Parts: sequence; C-alpha cells; structure tokens
Amino acid sequence: MSYDTVVIGAGLAGLTAALRLTEQGQRVLVVARGVGATHLAPATVDVLGYLGENRIEDPASSVATLVASSSDHPYAHIAADQLATALDWFSARAGALGYVGGLERNLLLPTALGVPKPSALAPRTMSGGDLTAGGRFVFVGLKGFKDFHPTLIADNLAGARLPAPVAARALELELPPGRRVDMSGRVIAGQFDNERLSEWLIAALKDRVEPDERIGVPAVLGLRRADDTWRELETRLERTVFEVSTLPPSIPGIRLFDALASALRAGGTRMVLGVRAVGARTSDARIEAVDVANATGTVSHATDAVVLASGGFASGGLELDSFGATHETVFDLPLIGVPDTGRVRFAPAYFDAQPLSAAGVGIDDLLRPVDAKGHPVYANLHAAGAILGGAVPWKEKSGTGISVATGYAAAGAILAPATRAISEAMR
Amino acid sequence: MNDFIRDSLDHCVKCTICETYCPVSQVTPLFPGPKYVGPQAERYRGAGLSSDASVDYCSGCGICTQVCPQDVKIAEINSRARAKLWEKRGVPLRNQMIARPTVIGRLGTPVAPLANWALHNRAVRAMVQSVVGIHRDAPMPSFAGKTFQRRSRSHHGPADAPAVVYFHGCGTNYYEPVLGEMVVAVLEHNGFQVIVPQQDCCGLPLQSNGNFPAARTYVRRLVGHLAPHARAGLPIVSNSTSCGLMLKREAHEILGIEDEDLKLVSESMYDVCEFLVRLHDRGALRTDFGSLPLTIPYHAPCQQRGHGIGKPALDLLALVPDLDMIELDADCCGIAGTYGLKKEKYEIAMAVGARLFTDIAATGSDLAACDSETCRWQIAHGTGVTAVHPIELLYRAYGLDGHTLDRLVTTGPHPARVAG
Repeated sequence: MSYDTVVIGAGLAGLTAALRLTEQGQRVLVVARGVGATHLAPATVDVLGYLGENRIEDPASSVATLVASSSDHPYAHIAADQLATALDWFSARAGALGYVGGLERNLLLPTALGVPKPSALAPRTMSGGDLTAGGRFVFVGLKGFKDFHPTLIADNLAGARLPAPVAARALELELPPGRRVDMSGRVIAGQFDNERLSEWLIAALKDRVEPDERIGVPAVLGLRRADDTWRELETRLERTVFEVSTLPPSIPGIRLFDALASALRAGGTRMVLGVRAVGARTSDARIEAVDVANATGTVSHATDAVVLASGGFASGGLELDSFGATHETVFDLPLIGVPDTGRVRFAPAYFDAQPLSAAGVGIDDLLRPVDAKGHPVYANLHAAGAILGGAVPWKEKSGTGISVATGYAAAGAILAPATRAISEAMR
Repeated sequence: MNDFIRDSLDHCVKCTICETYCPVSQVTPLFPGPKYVGPQAERYRGAGLSSDASVDYCSGCGICTQVCPQDVKIAEINSRARAKLWEKRGVPLRNQMIARPTVIGRLGTPVAPLANWALHNRAVRAMVQSVVGIHRDAPMPSFAGKTFQRRSRSHHGPADAPAVVYFHGCGTNYYEPVLGEMVVAVLEHNGFQVIVPQQDCCGLPLQSNGNFPAARTYVRRLVGHLAPHARAGLPIVSNSTSCGLMLKREAHEILGIEDEDLKLVSESMYDVCEFLVRLHDRGALRTDFGSLPLTIPYHAPCQQRGHGIGKPALDLLALVPDLDMIELDADCCGIAGTYGLKKEKYEIAMAVGARLFTDIAATGSDLAACDSETCRWQIAHGTGVTAVHPIELLYRAYGLDGHTLDRLVTTGPHPARVAG
C-alpha cells in the first residue's frame, strides 16, 4: 500500500494530525506500538498553566510571553492565530464530548489529588468543577474504587492556593449490593452506560447535598453515553455536577481516543496497533517509505509524508540508554535540549526543574526535525507532540496543548501547497 | 527459553491501558485483569508454580499485548503462566480433548451425520456438559464428512503456474472444506497453482489449554510438512488467522521454539487476505469483480489484529463494486478458540461478545464477515446471522461459483442457537 501520509504514534498529537489529513482527503496510515497517553491524561487540553512558578490565567497572552523568551519552544513554531484555530478545530471534532473553554481564560479544575490545575479546554462534564470563583463543593467517592479518594481531594483543596475561597467536603457512598468489590473505572463506566447506575447515584445523593454545593464525582460516568448521564444528574439533582479526573486509567481520555479513532475509521484511515516503526527508506533527504515491523518481519509503506508523533521518554519516542546517551528511537534524529556530557541531567529533588525533561526533537516552522545547523533532516518528515524538545510540559502544564497545536500544524504543513511544492522539487 | 518475553515485564509502567481493553475482566471479577496476573504476578512466579489460578480465566485474545505502548508481552506471559499452572495440576481431560481438533476431526468425520446429530441434540449436549464440561449451548461446527484434504486430491489446478502453498488448518479441513475450495479458486483465478501439503494441527489449542509439550510436538510436525516449501521460496497462505499467527509468531514467542525451519516458515506465512493485498500492490491482483450490492458488517478478530497487518480484508473488499463493508470496532467476540466452549466460561464469552453481537444486529444485515473460523461460529451463535470469511465474498464477486446472490451461504455452522 502507498499512502499520502504515514503517522507514527496514536496519542493525541498523532490522532489530531491523522484526522486533519484524513478530512482533507488524504490516504493515511497510523502505526503505533500501542495506545497512547490519551488513556492516562484527564482529556483536558492544557495550553499553558504555569510560567515559572506563576499560575497562568490567560493562556493567549502568556504563550506570547513564553515564546518571546524561548525560541526553541514548540509554540514558537506555531502562529498565534493557528493555536486558536487548532483548539477550535479540536473542539468541533470532539463535538460529542462537548469541550468548553478557550484561550482567553484558563479553567481551574481539581485533579484526582485535589490540586487546582489550569486547563484551556475541558469536556463540559468536567467544567463545572472550575474553582476560579470559589464556592462550596462536595466530592463524592465510591467505596472500594481505589482510583478516587474524595477526602484527599477535599483536604488538599483546603490547603491549596486558590483565587477565591473554596469549601470542600468529602462524601463516600456504598455501591448497591451485588456490585463487584474490586472495581475499576472501566467497569463502573460500563455500569453507568448499561445498568442505570445513575438511578442509584441520584437516589443516594438526593438528601445528602446542600442546595449551594457543587457535586464532584469520579470521572467514570460512562464511555458511550457519559454526556447524557451527566445531564441527567444535573437536571434531577438540580445542582452543578462535574466529573473529576481519577488516577489512571482515564475514562474521559478513553472517550476522547474513541471519538478520534471512530472519526478516523469513518474517514477510511487504518490504525494498526502493536507494530513498530523501525526506520525508513530515504533518498535525497526525503523519506520514501516507512519500515514497520509486524508479527514476522518488516513491511515498507511507501508514503509522500510522515508525521512522527511517537511521544517522549515515557512513550518510547525518546530513550536514555545505560551510557547516558539520548536517542530518538525511530529515525535517530538529532536532539536539542540534551544536557552536555558531564552536566547535570537530573536534579536531586523530584519536583525541581529537571534539565533532561526539555530534551527532544528541534523543528523548523514547518515542524520538520532539524539538524544542528537548523536544516530539515528530511524534507517530508514532520514531528508533533511530546517528542518535541524545548518544552517542559509537566511543569508548564502544556502537554496536551502542544499535542493538539503541533498535530494540527504538522498536518497543515503537509497540506500547504508551498510545502508540497518544496517537497516535489526536492524529489 | 527465550526470555525476552518474561524480561519484557520490566517495561511495564503500570499505566493500566491493558486493563481498560481486557474484554474478560470487564465482564467478570473472576479474572483480575492482564496487568495483575501478567507483569505484576509474574515477578513472583520465578521458576516455580503460580499460586494464583485466576490466570486460567485469561482467554488469550492478545488484545493487551496489542495495545500496550511499552511492548510488554502481556498475553504471552499469561499464556506461559497458564501452562505452568496446568503442568503442576495436570491438564483436565476436557481441555486435552477440545485441544486436539485433528483427533476430534478424525473421529467425527467418518460418522459425520451421527456426530452432527449428537452435537446439536439437546439431551446429548446436556450430558456432555455434565460429564465433560463443554457448555451445552456453546457453538459447535458441523462435520463436513469429506475433508478438504480428500477433496483437494481430486482437484487438478494449472500445473505450470507460479506456486503458492496452502495451509488450510483444521477448521477448513473438517468443518468448512467449501471455504478451502473457495480459497483455492480465488488463488487459481489469480494465476497460481495451489499446493496443498499434508498437514496436521498447529498446536494452538493445546498451547491455549496449557499443554506446551504436546503443542510443541504438533507445531514441529506441521513445520516439518511446510518447511521444504518455504525453503524452496514459496509463499504459504492461511485463511485461519489464529493458526497463521501461531506459525508467524506464537510458536516462537510463547512455546519458545528456536528452530531454523520454524523461522523459515514464519517468514513465508501470509494471511490469505494479506497475500492478496500484496498482490494488488504489485498490480497483479485480478480485479474483474462483479457487483455485490450488499452492506455487510466486518469484524477483525483479535488474532487477526495480532498479525499487525492492518485489515487487508477491507482493502480487498473495497475493490468490489457496490459492496459496502461496515468496519466494526468491538474488540472481541468472546470465543477465543476453545475458551467459550467450556461450561465455566461460556457465559463470560457470551458477555464479552455482547457488544459485537449488538453492533452487528444494529446494522440490520443478515450477513457478517470475519476472518477467523471460531469467531464466525460464535458470531453466528450470538446473533443468528450468517458469518462468512471475506474470501467467500471475493469468490462470489469474481463470479467463480456461477451462482446468484440468493445462494450466498454460510461457511459457518448452523447459525441458530443450539438451545431453543
């Protein structure tokens, strides 16, 4: 088979790029070692939450501040209006999940640990948890569900730095008899989808919530009809109800993956999991085919363009070997942000700035990985997501924003006539 | 033993992605999930006995390994742990029986009418359930009577055409010989002569049921039949996705067979649809398809996805005029080879398949397509629709039967549930 674009990686960046290309009529193949980080992240889109230790309220102007001082940052390669366009596009694609928010103001949502986290976009099932204006909250847990601890959330919020006073309490409910003792979020979500668990929840909460309290529930309201269940809870409890992310797995993340994967399937794009891109056939600084290892051997997929969205260290797109050397694992691309030999790679305190965490692939404005001189390594290779260097997503709270923005922009670079012309000329 | 399987557990970051996909742990608390019985429990197994019998509830569908982003060989670890468990406890008679399709086939074939009557007789099945432990409602195929091997002996294809070797597997041989004839016809239509070597079970059912020594004997014998052809540079095609995967990967990765002949056979193995798509890539596939004005849901079985070859059946069927295939996204039909036949697992298998059955029913089609034989039997059982191999659709579209569409028949067993 030959393709217009082969996308390596099935995380948020890869899926975003693949879907935009598919929508534009391209013949796309997605290959990945497995499912990506969508299943671990809360499914919010975090564009920028912190500059240094300062929490950001307005991502739009703060991104401008960030890129002014950090020319290697992935956002420095994305035009400001393109960032907004990418978020709009994303919200529309994940339409059934109902994303709300924007670049003007961050939502401040409680995490599974009760930490206020700034997000530009969130599914509407979660947005009611915005702590910005303060107020009274009750966090509802399910006994035996080990990935959500309402007391921890309420206690941590009591000590959190918040823009307005928040009063939070915990409430733990006993699931009806007959429900399994060892519960996973996936199983409970299935019960909300199929077994009317919402009836039980409504009855259990009816007389136990104050009139002015907002109700935070674990984000397990279903996989297929969570939005309906959430509406039903709000309507019948006559309160603001919101999902709070749990420890992994992330049910909202699975919803997001399913929505994007299903849109890809509808567009005729094939996603192959459990395989590994191992290299490429190249000619004149162009990739002509991507080599993919499957059950028995390697198949070469001829393609006009490639999006590399294989993730960072956690997903295996980058690796640090036992000699302390850092590699990009598919094409052995040059990296930026790697501390020089002998310099500190890891700071001793876990939450300090970790020098190695800004390592990754450096790109040009067409998101093409570049060499030390700034020249693209391959004319038709574009990179997106966590593999990009120059950012510290876990500190900045920028990971999902970078994935959506660069996935969208990588697809845009491939689709742009100018890129195509350059690419053709170099052929 | 090649320890890269066990060693892969070190790559597990406990992300739980496998747990979210495991079709079994979602429907029963008897299986605590692939991460718990796999990379977590394996750390404590060492060379000794697993103290935890819950691994027997793993169906071996392999989805966990496919979705794992860290390349942990979860299903393979679990398959080995299951074998270790049964090695100590002794594989039950029932599991020894259903894991030997050639033995069953040889017993049933000469007395096919009687055997088929018994297989679909409620009183007999109730007795079999209580004595042997095979669930009375579990889907059972019907013996064809005359095996594919016998039928193929009287068939003479083109002699001077390029050759391709056909590994038909036990399902085709004993139950669906007509499907085998369709595979041969489609290959011959594309200018090949089809060699049908003598062949026996690949050992996969024994492997799934924890009898590794016997599984190794079977797969080595099969490799002995196929290797001379592989050595001669001939491609080997299979319409059985799980048996094909056994030869491609599992005999090496799970049974730990290090063998040059096996390696040769592995590298020469193609799923039949994969083979035809590759032909099409080279511009060598005949595309003289007639119209098939049908809308048919397609389920890619778990073992098919384990090949890592995409969905070649859909690529092929997209070439057929007026044929609209609906790509389903349910993960598993539940049967997992012999898993869903067992009386203690039948209900689990049906619960696993429920989503797929609902999705197929929602299409309103009275036909479904699926590459794997046991999955087709389960789909027919769970939905009442006729389940066909994609090759049957190609065969009809090529007009090789001369029949009209109303003669489109199943390659599966009786679609109706055995139980009333």
